[in-house]
Amino acid sequence: MTLTPAHPTAVSPTLPWTRVCAVSDILPGTGVCALIDGQQVAVFHVAGRVFALGNLDPFTGASVLSRGLTGSYTRNGQIRLKVASPLLKHTFDLETGESLDTPGVRVPMYATRTEGGDVWTGSLA
Amino acid sequence: MTPTQAPSTPHVVIIGSGMVGHRLVEQLRAQASAQAVNITVLSEESRLAYDRVHLSSHLDDPQPDLSLATDADYAAQGVNVVYGRATDVNLETREVTVTGRTLTYDALVFATGSVPFVPPVPGRDASGCFVYRTLDDLNAIREAARSARTGVVIGGGLLGLEAAGALRKLGLDTHVVEFAPHLMPAQLDAEGGATLRRTIEGMGIGVHTGKSTEAITSSEQGRVTGLNFTDGTRLETDLVVFSAGIRPRDELARQTGLTVGERGGIRIDDTGRTSNPHVYAAGECALHDGRIYGLVAPGYQMAKVTATNVLRELGVLSGEALHFRGADLSTKLKLLGVEVGSFGDARGVTPDCRTVSLSDNVRGTYSKLVLSADGTTVLGGLLVGDTARYSDLLDLTLSGTPLTVPPETLIVPPLPGGAVMTSADALICSCENVRASALCAAVQDGARDVASLKKCTGAGTGCGGCVPGMHGLLQTELRRLGETVTNHLCEHYAYSRQELFDLIRVKGHMTWDEVLAAHGTGLGCEICKPAVGSILASLHNELIMKPQHAPLQDTNDAFLANIQKNGTYSVMPRVPGGEITADGLIAIGAVAKRFGLYCKITGGQRIDLLGAHRDDLPAIWEDLIAAGFESGHAYGKSLRTVKSCVGSTWCRYGVQDSTSLAVRLELRYRGLRSPHKLKSGVSGCTRECAEARSKDFGIIATERGWNVYVGGNGGVTPRHAVLLASDLSEDGVITLLDRYLMFYVRTADRLQRTSTWLENLDGGLEYLKSVIVDDHLGICAELEAGMARHVGTYQDEWAAAVADPAIRARFRTFVNSDARDDGVQWVDERGQIRPASPHELTPLPMAGGDD
Repeated sequence: MTLTPAHPTAVSPTLPWTRVCAVSDILPGTGVCALIDGQQVAVFHVAGRVFALGNLDPFTGASVLSRGLTGSYTRNGQIRLKVASPLLKHTFDLETGESLDTPGVRVPMYATRTEGGDVWTGSLA
Repeated sequence: MTPTQAPSTPHVVIIGSGMVGHRLVEQLRAQASAQAVNITVLSEESRLAYDRVHLSSHLDDPQPDLSLATDADYAAQGVNVVYGRATDVNLETREVTVTGRTLTYDALVFATGSVPFVPPVPGRDASGCFVYRTLDDLNAIREAARSARTGVVIGGGLLGLEAAGALRKLGLDTHVVEFAPHLMPAQLDAEGGATLRRTIEGMGIGVHTGKSTEAITSSEQGRVTGLNFTDGTRLETDLVVFSAGIRPRDELARQTGLTVGERGGIRIDDTGRTSNPHVYAAGECALHDGRIYGLVAPGYQMAKVTATNVLRELGVLSGEALHFRGADLSTKLKLLGVEVGSFGDARGVTPDCRTVSLSDNVRGTYSKLVLSADGTTVLGGLLVGDTARYSDLLDLTLSGTPLTVPPETLIVPPLPGGAVMTSADALICSCENVRASALCAAVQDGARDVASLKKCTGAGTGCGGCVPGMHGLLQTELRRLGETVTNHLCEHYAYSRQELFDLIRVKGHMTWDEVLAAHGTGLGCEICKPAVGSILASLHNELIMKPQHAPLQDTNDAFLANIQKNGTYSVMPRVPGGEITADGLIAIGAVAKRFGLYCKITGGQRIDLLGAHRDDLPAIWEDLIAAGFESGHAYGKSLRTVKSCVGSTWCRYGVQDSTSLAVRLELRYRGLRSPHKLKSGVSGCTRECAEARSKDFGIIATERGWNVYVGGNGGVTPRHAVLLASDLSEDGVITLLDRYLMFYVRTADRLQRTSTWLENLDGGLEYLKSVIVDDHLGICAELEAGMARHVGTYQDEWAAAVADPAIRARFRTFVNSDARDDGVQWVDERGQIRPASPHELTPLPMAGGDD
């Protein structure tokens, strides 16, 4: 197998779509971790939608985000989705990967789609 | 190594191997290797330094290991030891003579300490007279006490009272004689001394103040018979212990020609140097700025200063010289079971200072604050009988922070009903050094929740232990600002935990989706989801791994193990009451070996296995279950452990079988989901080896039965549990605890410990008693039934999890691969694994690699 870079920013933007698992492999409201080209990707199934972001919690250096509790928060009157890291409870927006605790910190996001009951992820969003 | 060294390596000689002498060695070695500096210690006693501060523990354990240093330790560090007394120092040739040998030094340090002062009373040499200083002294006192009935301590200071405690422990009818008009004259004022005296007399110890001993009388055989005082009175006794202060050991320094003080002590400057540039002194033999320090902490500070300056002088270290600027003499101790605290200018010697004091003969406490002339800052104070506020007040004193509240509020006991005065500008977060004032300022600037307080002050971002305190402070401050304070769980639920509990119970909701649809908004969050999960578990006790409950569980409950810093988990099998068979130990050891886990005995008498990969957890538990273990719930907000001592089964003091009761309680309440984790202890006698009073509920045996204590904790704000009921039978204990625990589970706030719950309960302990002892509300039957349901529906979560393939699948690290997390790396430490720190991590493979 050929290893890909450890730094997600170096992932090719033309990364092919990869089948990760069946949607039914993810209990609604929770996440799983997938290994995609050597990268740990946290894949969530929340509110009927699927999201994929880097699994590494940038505040602790541990690969744990897929094990976080998901939920929602309100910003400017809009309900947005988030995940809280299980280690020190730092929270991240599920749609943008941005940290809700420290402006400027962001975890990588991957494109996702579901097809025939399967979850696919693509290049960095 | 020999004391004669190659000329290029400088040689430091330390005279004395006491606590300070040992600290000097440590400080020197911490900053300079054996190649950089040679060290020789001269020890007059036949053993090296030991912990004199804990000398009295020698009475509980005849062979305590008080050693601070051993020959082997010193040899390993390349420190030479010469046993013998130094008899001569030649400042010209820089030589010390010890037992006929001559050692050449480049720097010499006196750490000769002090000797107990024995007043020149006629008869003081009679047999049966002792000092209280060394292990040998203590052995001699113990021996003499065998044939004695009465003992007298001459000296009512710190050490004198400690000695009195020792005599009392040895079973003697004990008396304390003090020359000054009150006890502890160096620390206390008259009122404080009187309070202390009342308590000590209450224990049956005779206190005789304002007494000057004229002579010690003895029998024809030369044995002590009593004391004659100058006022004509007399006290009969079989044993005398002198504890009337210390005198610096400066004979050798005097003889050497070093400058000593008028009343003794080797004079040193701020750098620790004596009148000779190559000679230093530290500890109780040293006189600094006219003062001899008779406490170990200042001695340690001097050792640090001296060691650094010696190494600078020898050219081993560069950098600034250190200076000793005097030391804070604040002390807090427990003497004969009485707490005494003295800090800052405790006796009020600052010109124009003012005082506020509260003497409470009912509680047996005395508190005094010494304030600046304008009454705005605390200069010092005294606490006798209750030192709970010691740290806060010491902190106020040392920081010189201006008071924001009337000073008397700082010394009144907590108000009934549990309202706590946030009185001082207390240090809330010690990790980030954030005080209450900074948090209040942030609230005034608009912070309305703990998250924003964290963001703008940094408080609560370290260990997180202060977060509950921040909650309380936020509520108080908001109330003070006249704002509506809500007790809403979070933005998704406009209810408190208790309200939500009642709603769920009355409406009979079984799942998160029902609760959210009926009472909440949005999708929930990391605050309300586990809270609802806990409420559902308390009420229905369904398996929390059920798919509908899974999204509510934080990682610990989701994987039935405790997450650790690198994302691996620790596993803790239940060991009820801490009782475990040899086969059980072997089985746990075998599991640890098979899965490469780190092992540690916990404070709750269990074995923690750390470093488990998530995908190994089911296999680990299969092995543990096969060996008869079940989940220890170390991950849950639930009952953790019931600690116990060996009780009357084995212990010569035990009056009841604490182990059996602990096992029974742990098995009864295992798995009970609650607002906060619960810990318990059962002690077989009042010696309290299980530390039951630091627990959420603790049981202590008496000869008449069991005493039940509630509301203690050992967390960030340690608190002793308070007595709920006495002299109960085992079944009586269980009925009462069923009610107590169920009442707590149903009414406490989210993450509220039993201690704060009890404090905030309107009416406090009395109200709790009226509800669960007197059944004032008529709900005891319902509470007992609730517990019976819990006990009846208990199942081992791990047994259920490993038996279900769908649940097991959730433990896979990757949904699409059998690989492991390559960010998890280990380092060997003391023969076991530990997580690699970020700088120790091996970089992960980069692009271009080909395998």
